[in-house]
Amino acid sequence: MIISVASGKGGTGKTTVAVNLALSLGDIQLLDCDVEEPNCHIFIKPAFHEKKAVFIPVPEVYKDKCTACGVCQEVCEFNAITVVNKEVLIFPELCHGCGSCTFFCPEKAIYEKDKEIGIVESGARNGIKFVHGKLNIGMMMSPPVIREVKKHIDKKIDVIIDAPPGTSCPLITAIKDTDFVILVTEPTPFGLNDLTLAVEVVRKLDIPSGVIINRSDLGDSRIDKYCEKENIPVLMRIPFDRRIAEAYSRGEAIIESLPEYRSKFRRLYEETEKIKSSTT
Amino acid sequence: MKIAISSSGDNLQSEVDSRFARCPYYIIYDTDNGSFEAIKNESLIARGGAGVQASRNIVEMGVKAVISGNIGPNAFRVLSAAAIRIYSGATGSVNDVIERFKNRGYENNSNPDVE
Repeated sequence: MIISVASGKGGTGKTTVAVNLALSLGDIQLLDCDVEEPNCHIFIKPAFHEKKAVFIPVPEVYKDKCTACGVCQEVCEFNAITVVNKEVLIFPELCHGCGSCTFFCPEKAIYEKDKEIGIVESGARNGIKFVHGKLNIGMMMSPPVIREVKKHIDKKIDVIIDAPPGTSCPLITAIKDTDFVILVTEPTPFGLNDLTLAVEVVRKLDIPSGVIINRSDLGDSRIDKYCEKENIPVLMRIPFDRRIAEAYSRGEAIIESLPEYRSKFRRLYEETEKIKSSTT
Repeated sequence: MKIAISSSGDNLQSEVDSRFARCPYYIIYDTDNGSFEAIKNESLIARGGAGVQASRNIVEMGVKAVISGNIGPNAFRVLSAAAIRIYSGATGSVNDVIERFKNRGYENNSNPDVE
């Protein structure tokens, strides 16, 4: 089973849940797909044995062949290539690497050059197979790096994916084709707002899901009311606990400081399995 | 000479919009005869590359100078390639800006002023 951990809102505890779930289960693969700021490795402390660069193809122009006809500019969905004063201007940081300009150029005046946008590192620690992606500084296109991380999925074992925050392309790329989405939230107005958006995405993708309420004894009951109304299962509640915050600040997982959480995270896994099998 | 001013509304009393590529309107003003036209900015809703798209549209309108609050690097590249003069840091009403421009109150930008 592939479980993704998402949230909509940032800072709700996705990484905490993903890391502790992985450490509680063992014999598992953990993929950190939050490639703009991956941090699972801080808690997993894996030994990395492989590092690979990720590239996207960006256009370059043979000036002698180009007639400045403007077809490239017309087919580009992202305004990454434009023709001004018979000169082609390319904006690599806007380019999604789709290849349309190269394909449609009637003069065959465009060729593609690989541009490095990030890296993928793989490693392991104590039975956990670990892979994460890192988007290079200044780059905006994270989905190609996320897709590259997901190519490492080992179908023979259970997989946990730490997804990026938000509800746009990076999130969708991370949770697509996973079997269950755990949505981590907090009982605050922002938490509920972004949870609501994330639920809409997950429903559109038709993936079974459930909610974890972090810092569940702070804030109010708005998340519970929403989940009840929308018929979304609350899988787990993690109360606000200074010991958890202290462990986090030392780069330690909850289960290392509070071992009683190990069984709670195992139950979380069983719960997701149960819901998953009842929906298929 | 035609100049383009990023504007929050469709007339000369409107405030200058500080965002060049994401402003609601461009006021295209002709300094030769004092006539003007308000053009809706289609790039306002662009998913990405609004600076490139808006600049391209401005180039096609035959404008010779652009006045706005801020000009980003992509817009700067396109406008510069078309030899359009760029003036940023403008505030107040479109009318004020035009007067100031006529009195040579703006300095030509040699660089984009936002990232």
